[in-house]
Amino acid sequence: MTKTNMSRRGVLKSGAVAGAGLAVPTIFTAQSAAAYTNEPTGSTVTLGFNVPQSGPYADEGADELRAYELAVEHINGGGDGGMLSTFSSKALDGTGILGKKVEYVTGDTQTKSDAARASAKSMIEKDGAVMITGGSSSGVAVAVQALCQEAGVIFMAGLTHSNDTTGKDKRANGFRHFFNSYMSGAALAPILANNYGKDRKAYHLTADYNWGYTTEEAVRTSTEAMGWETVAAVKTPLTQTDFSSYIAPVLQSGADVLVLNHYGGNMVNSLTNAVQFGLREKQVNGHNFEIIVPLFSRLMARGAGANIKGIFGSANWHWSLQDEGSQAFVRSFGTKYGFPPSQAAHTCYVQTLLYADACQRAGTFNPCGVSAALEDFEFDGLGNGKTLYRGSDHQCFKDVLVVKGKENPTSEFDLLEIVEITPRGQVEYDASIFGGNLGACNGGA
Amino acid sequence: MFGLNKQDTTLLIIVAILALFAPFILNPFPEGSALAQFNAGYPDLMQRFVIFGIFAIGFNILFGLTGYLSFGHAAFLGVGSYAAIWMMKLLTMNVIPAIIISVIVAGLISFLVGWISLRRSGIYFSILTLAFAMMMYQLAYSDLFGQLFGGVLTGGETGLQPKVSDPRILDAALAEGATPKAHLFGLEMGASHKMNVGAWSFTFNAGYYIAAFAMLAAFYMSIRIFRSPFGMMLRSVKSNQHRLNYTGLNPKPYTLAAFVISGMYAGLAGGLLVAMDTQVGAERMFWTASGEVVIMTILGGAGTLIGPVLGSGLLKYMENILSKINKSVLESWFSFMPDGMSDFFIAITNLFVGKQWHITTGVIFMLVIIFVPGGLVELGKRIGARLSRKKEPNNTDGSAKPEPAE
Amino acid sequence: MDAIILQILNGLDKGSAYALIALGLTLIFGTLGVVNFAHGALFMIGAFCAVTLNKILTLSHTVIDPTKTDFLGNPAKIQVPYVYDIFGESAGASIIDWSVPLAIFFAIPVMIIIGFIMERGLIKHFYKRPHADQILVTFGLAIVLQEIIKYYYGANPIPTPAPAAFKGSFDFGAMLGFDPNIIIYPYWRLVYFCFAALIIGAVFAFLQFTTFGMVVRAGMADRETVGLLGIDIDKRFTIMFGLAAAVAGLAGVMYGPINAPNYHMGMDFLVLSFVVVVVGGMGSLPGAVAAGFLLGILESFASMREVIAFIPGINQVIIYLVAIIILLTRPRGLMGRKGVMED
Repeated sequence: MTKTNMSRRGVLKSGAVAGAGLAVPTIFTAQSAAAYTNEPTGSTVTLGFNVPQSGPYADEGADELRAYELAVEHINGGGDGGMLSTFSSKALDGTGILGKKVEYVTGDTQTKSDAARASAKSMIEKDGAVMITGGSSSGVAVAVQALCQEAGVIFMAGLTHSNDTTGKDKRANGFRHFFNSYMSGAALAPILANNYGKDRKAYHLTADYNWGYTTEEAVRTSTEAMGWETVAAVKTPLTQTDFSSYIAPVLQSGADVLVLNHYGGNMVNSLTNAVQFGLREKQVNGHNFEIIVPLFSRLMARGAGANIKGIFGSANWHWSLQDEGSQAFVRSFGTKYGFPPSQAAHTCYVQTLLYADACQRAGTFNPCGVSAALEDFEFDGLGNGKTLYRGSDHQCFKDVLVVKGKENPTSEFDLLEIVEITPRGQVEYDASIFGGNLGACNGGA
Repeated sequence: MFGLNKQDTTLLIIVAILALFAPFILNPFPEGSALAQFNAGYPDLMQRFVIFGIFAIGFNILFGLTGYLSFGHAAFLGVGSYAAIWMMKLLTMNVIPAIIISVIVAGLISFLVGWISLRRSGIYFSILTLAFAMMMYQLAYSDLFGQLFGGVLTGGETGLQPKVSDPRILDAALAEGATPKAHLFGLEMGASHKMNVGAWSFTFNAGYYIAAFAMLAAFYMSIRIFRSPFGMMLRSVKSNQHRLNYTGLNPKPYTLAAFVISGMYAGLAGGLLVAMDTQVGAERMFWTASGEVVIMTILGGAGTLIGPVLGSGLLKYMENILSKINKSVLESWFSFMPDGMSDFFIAITNLFVGKQWHITTGVIFMLVIIFVPGGLVELGKRIGARLSRKKEPNNTDGSAKPEPAE
Repeated sequence: MDAIILQILNGLDKGSAYALIALGLTLIFGTLGVVNFAHGALFMIGAFCAVTLNKILTLSHTVIDPTKTDFLGNPAKIQVPYVYDIFGESAGASIIDWSVPLAIFFAIPVMIIIGFIMERGLIKHFYKRPHADQILVTFGLAIVLQEIIKYYYGANPIPTPAPAAFKGSFDFGAMLGFDPNIIIYPYWRLVYFCFAALIIGAVFAFLQFTTFGMVVRAGMADRETVGLLGIDIDKRFTIMFGLAAAVAGLAGVMYGPINAPNYHMGMDFLVLSFVVVVVGGMGSLPGAVAAGFLLGILESFASMREVIAFIPGINQVIIYLVAIIILLTRPRGLMGRKGVMED
């Protein structure tokens, strides 16, 4: 065995030289040939669809992916064109974006911010995606949005409902079409007061993370403004599956309304548990006991089965809407896949169209140009009535649906009925109330 | 060289060469070809390869040498990440302080956890580490301490990212419209150089080479530990702790040292993750993340030097490459076949890729563990042995084919 | 007082699920010496036995109803289950309504067969391997099993309601002299608790009063000696594995109405049930059951808002905190034996 021993000093010296050698070479300069990150040079442009394909939101992710494929088909001139015919802006002509055919890559966010960023980075670094979109939770949306800001690409958020996405964590390169907790609260409160009266005592169960807090806060403030009293608000761990020990004490508290600030699997389980306890058959303070789910998702509501009947909540969109845009979208989605789209699918489809349209109008894929074209853009015909992409926080403002679990569903998709379409004016707020700093757009060059 | 014997020096040099030329080795397929899907030579994945390599190398020092199976090592990685991002928010975007503090903080926390958990052994130890890690995860996910003291410590579900508005007392104010980016004395982690050779395209990324340098240093350290008297001591803990006790030696300081060292490796990996990609989320502390490093180590070959690096590479490759193969990619692959046949192949392949990629990882764990108990290193040895046997057909090997008794 | 009674009820109910899963884990570990990370997956497959039976019972043929339209405006297709054709509409409807209890009879053979196949095909080869290898191979199997379920049933939870007869809740408070509506508890959860108690009792009786059980208990205590006595312990191990799988499966079947089954419910329970087993003490069946109920009750108490107000965040960490305290004060959990899995 031969050992070549070097002196400690020698090692240090050579290490320092090697270190300096690594740091200096001029090849390590950011590429500056392109005007912005991933400028498409060929005849195609690549978009990145980053959705949960494994984990609890996989079905929602699958529906988002269907919507993206449909949107790409329509932008490239295939199919029946869907909402392109009802969209108020006519810039898109079915020849792709700016004459380039749209291609796409997909990835799995696993509903984890690390995995979502890894997946988005591979789309940007390996596949040359010029826009990233998708996601089914706010944690992921905020993480990927920050990444896109750094990398200099546009992020079109998928389903994310927390105020933070366009509030304290907003970024100049990120845009959200979906509504948020604040709007849910503002839209729900008057309907609740009308249906359940003004002297109610509410008990909140809140998922213990940011989205839960903002939703609880929004529903609390707006119902308290209507005269309701909040008896208690209890935080439940995200990993909780059995909510019985949180639901059992509700009746003792003297509350007559239970608000479940839960989403996804949490919502299905807590609602199922609450119904099991027979809460809805009880009479408290001379009122029927009621349950409220601030954010409804039809896909997830299926998991709760008959338990959702008669329960109020809010939604961004529902396939039973009768306006032209919604009808066109449901028709082309239903023809292609055999069932109606979810609200997650709708927001993703619309986001893709809005992005394509903004590129077309701006005449460039440059994030700064696209961003300028989206800011304060007012449009119609995409299913939510007249809508504004507000420039100061990149949040869409549109009508909000108040929905209720249907008593007599005619099919497995027909679970919710629209109670009221709350007009946009009622859910608007000042962009500064959530703090945060948009910063400037980043093209990455 | 460097105080290593010849064999280890060769191994170190091979690893160094592989790390240096990774951008070439991992991008074997020309851009635009159908097989380009399998290229892994883009910065983010290369960074992940070496960073999780560090994590697994460190874990192997504890598990491979002492046999103590910690089920909570992801917590130290997470703690390191949080420490690093706070350095970037408060001090400077330079990665050096961030990485140093992440190693220190992870070392302190792992000292505490190890000191308590090492009072038990076997599965009782595993569950203690798991319990500590899950507590840290839960507290980070709901940001309990932040809430209690009216501030932000972990940022909860949305995690932490550097913001334009952070103090960063050592850095000059950012230019209007600029985003804070991690750098090493001005060299940005994201800075890359693209080299186009014919149809091929190779990316050289500054962050990757810094992480790779850290991995080589970590690997060198691990060889030194394996070959040192301290390493011998740890191995004796694994083979028979009672006998060690009877000889009058107290093994605990040694195992605790191994625990803290592996915790510091995890912290280094956590710090580097933040340096390469400036954000932290609590999910990286969840028990599945701790399980992942166990899998990496066993898959590659626990107790071997290079095994953990191979295991982490394989796992991260599957996670990032397989999950991106969607149906339309499959359609393009099988488009040369007649219709019915391509549909059949697409349906079969679709079971294992895209949204079903987890199933492939599950199958591979099982196959490796069932057929090659020593992991990938063992597999390599067997293949090597078979190849060399083919070269010398006259080599008699009695053990392979037992003669039937007559 | 009323709040405490309520949380004890809750704890017993939570505890019965933990205890059932931990019981099966301990059976496998105690007899076979195998750490089975696929045990959560067996629980999940049990729950999907109920889902599958429900699917089989609701297998339907399509009847076109021209008076109604579907969401695209085409004539609606009404699904009529074959069961209706065979038994008539009302009898058919009540069969479907009772599909969860019926699934018990469906799940027992299915789970035993799965258990046999797992043991003969895979676990058998791992008796002499290190525990880390066992963990990895069974973890791999768990991933494969749950991904197969996801492939066929999707990722969303699937509602599997209890029979209508068990809807609603029972008013304990009225019985004990409290105001009505204060201490109420759902019927199905009471059923689950009784069912769990029954299964646990049956397993203990089986091990205590049969020759087979005696041999298995002897094998748990000293496997080598039992082998030296010339008893074919292998065959009995296979049967034990089948039994443990059936226990996990039954726990899953009856859990369906409590929380709608989804493909990752096994993983959700896996870590928790390991904590339960270890807190109970490796290889101790009474320990596993006791720890199951203990952790269930403590978890319920920790979720009371009075307790959370006193110690913020306690509901997040209670299980792990208790596990740490118990393991530090009692080196081998509540009832663990010396030398089991301490190396």
